[in-house]
Amino acid sequence: MAIAAMEPDAAHAAPAPRSATAPAIRVAGVDVTFGEGPGRVSALKDVCVDIAEGSFVTILGPSGCGKSTLLRAIADLVPISAGSIDVHGRTPHDARRDRNFSFVFQDATLLPWRSAIDNVRLPLEVGGGGDAHADPADLLALVGLRGRENALPDELSGGMRQRVAIARALVTRPKILLMDEPFGALDEITRDKLNEELLRIWRETGTTILFVTHSIPEAAFLGQNVLTLAAHPGRVREFLSIDLPEPRRLAIRDTMEFIEITAHLRKQLEAC
Amino acid sequence: MTDTSAGSVPATTPYPRFFDVIAAKWPPLAAVIGLLALWQGIVWGFSVPTYIAPGPVDVLGAFRDNAGTLWTNFWPTFMEAILGFFFGNLVAILLAVVFVHSRTAERAFFPIAVFVNTIPIIAVAPILVLIFGNGYAPKIIIAALICFFPTLVNMVRGLRAVSPATLDLMRVLSASNAEIFWKVRVQSSLPFLFAALKIASTTCVIGAIVAEWIGSSFGLGALIIEATYNFRSPLLYATVFTAALLAVLLFSLVTVAERRLIRWKTPAVH
Repeated sequence: MAIAAMEPDAAHAAPAPRSATAPAIRVAGVDVTFGEGPGRVSALKDVCVDIAEGSFVTILGPSGCGKSTLLRAIADLVPISAGSIDVHGRTPHDARRDRNFSFVFQDATLLPWRSAIDNVRLPLEVGGGGDAHADPADLLALVGLRGRENALPDELSGGMRQRVAIARALVTRPKILLMDEPFGALDEITRDKLNEELLRIWRETGTTILFVTHSIPEAAFLGQNVLTLAAHPGRVREFLSIDLPEPRRLAIRDTMEFIEITAHLRKQLEAC
Repeated sequence: MTDTSAGSVPATTPYPRFFDVIAAKWPPLAAVIGLLALWQGIVWGFSVPTYIAPGPVDVLGAFRDNAGTLWTNFWPTFMEAILGFFFGNLVAILLAVVFVHSRTAERAFFPIAVFVNTIPIIAVAPILVLIFGNGYAPKIIIAALICFFPTLVNMVRGLRAVSPATLDLMRVLSASNAEIFWKVRVQSSLPFLFAALKIASTTCVIGAIVAEWIGSSFGLGALIIEATYNFRSPLLYATVFTAALLAVLLFSLVTVAERRLIRWKTPAVH
C-alpha cells in the first residue's frame, strides 16, 4: 500500500505523535522587514512560536499580517532581520539543502509540459535530491489520482492540480510540510474534500504540517493548534489548542464545540 | 495557439476525407477562386496589355513554359533562406541565453543589436556584397540578419517568462541555475521562440530575394529583376508566386515543428 512507502520510520506510524521533546520548528524573536529607509515596512515583529514534531498547526490572520511571510521565512525564501529560526536544529538554509521540508504554494505551480507523474518526479531530478524517496505512482494514488499519471496539468481540474502539487511535496519524504493557502483558489466543495484528505495524509505520513489560511473554519478544522497573527506589524496574538475528537470528519463542523471555537477565533481576528 | 481540437476528429467518418476537407475549407477556397476569376475578368474586360498586368491564365502559362528556369533559380534562394534562417536564429538564441545570464552583457550589446536592426536591410545589402563578393555568403548573411532581431527579443522574453512562484519552487528544491535553465526556462521560452520563428520563416525569404537584387546572376531575386527589365510580366508573376510558395513552405515546416514540440496550452504570446 502507498502508505507504507510514505513513512519515514516505524515510530511515525499513525496516529500522529502528539508531542516530542524538541520542537520541529522553533521561531524565536523573529523580525522581518522589507525595504530600506523611510519606505521600510515591518512585516513581522518579535514572533515566537514552537511547532511540535508531527503536529498540524494552522496559521490564521487578516491579510497583511505576515502569515505567508512567516512561512516563507521558515522555508528560507525570505531573509529575517532579527531573531532565529531552527528547523530540526538547523538553519532554514541547511534544512532546505537537506530536504527537511517541502512547500506547497497557493498555485499548484506545475510545469505545464510535464505529465502529472513527471511533475511529482521533479524534486528528484534537481538540487541533488532523490536518495530516500517515495514512489511517485504510489503518491499519486495516495492523493486520489490513480490512473491520471500521464495527464498534462491542462487536462486536470484545479483541485487535481493541487493534489499533484501535494504529491510532489511528499516525494522527498519531508519531515515538514509548509502549505501557503494551498486551497485558497478552489471552490468550497473541492476545498472541503481536500481538507479531509489532507488530514488523512497527515495521519498516514506523520509529517509535521504548517498550514497558512485566511479561512476560520479551515484553520479550526485542520489544526491541532491555531496560531493567530495580528497585523501591522505581524505578531503573535494567540496560540490556541483545538481539542476536537480525532479523527476529524467534515460533519464535526456542525457541532456546538466547533462553532464555539470558530466564534472565539473570529473574535480574536476582529480584535486585531 | 490554444486550439487543441486538431486531433479530435473521429477516425471513422462515413464520408471520404477529401470531402471533409472541402467542407471544412470551402470559404477560403471559394474566396481564392473568386479573386482569381475577378482578376482574369478585369484583365480581359479592360483589355490590359500582358506586359502591364498578365492574367492568371498567362501566369499559369509562364509556370509551364519556364518550369526549368524557375526550378533552377528556386534552389539557390531556398538554400540561402534556410541557411540564413538557421544561422540568424542560432546566433539570436545563443545571444539571448547570454543576455539572460548576464545583465552586463545585455546592457553592452542590446543597443548595438537595436542599432543593427534599424539599418534598412536594403542599405546593408550593397555593403555586404562589396565585402563578401557575389556568391552565397552575403545572401545568407542578409537572410540571417533579417531573422535575428525578432528572435533575440522574443527569446529573451521567453527565457524570463517564468513565474515567480515557479522560481520559488525551484529555490525550495535547491535547484541550481543550470537546472532551472534546462528544466524550466528552455520549455517556457518555446512558445515565444516559435512566435519569432514564424516571423523569421517568411522574412528570411525576403532577405534572400533582396540580397539577390544586388548584382546577382542566380536565384528568384535575380529572376525577378531580369523578368522586369525584359517586360516578361507573366514570368515575373510566376517568380513572385514561387517565392511566396517558398515562404509558405517554410512557415508550414515551423508550424509542424511547433505542434510537435509544444503539446501544452500556452499563454497568449505576442
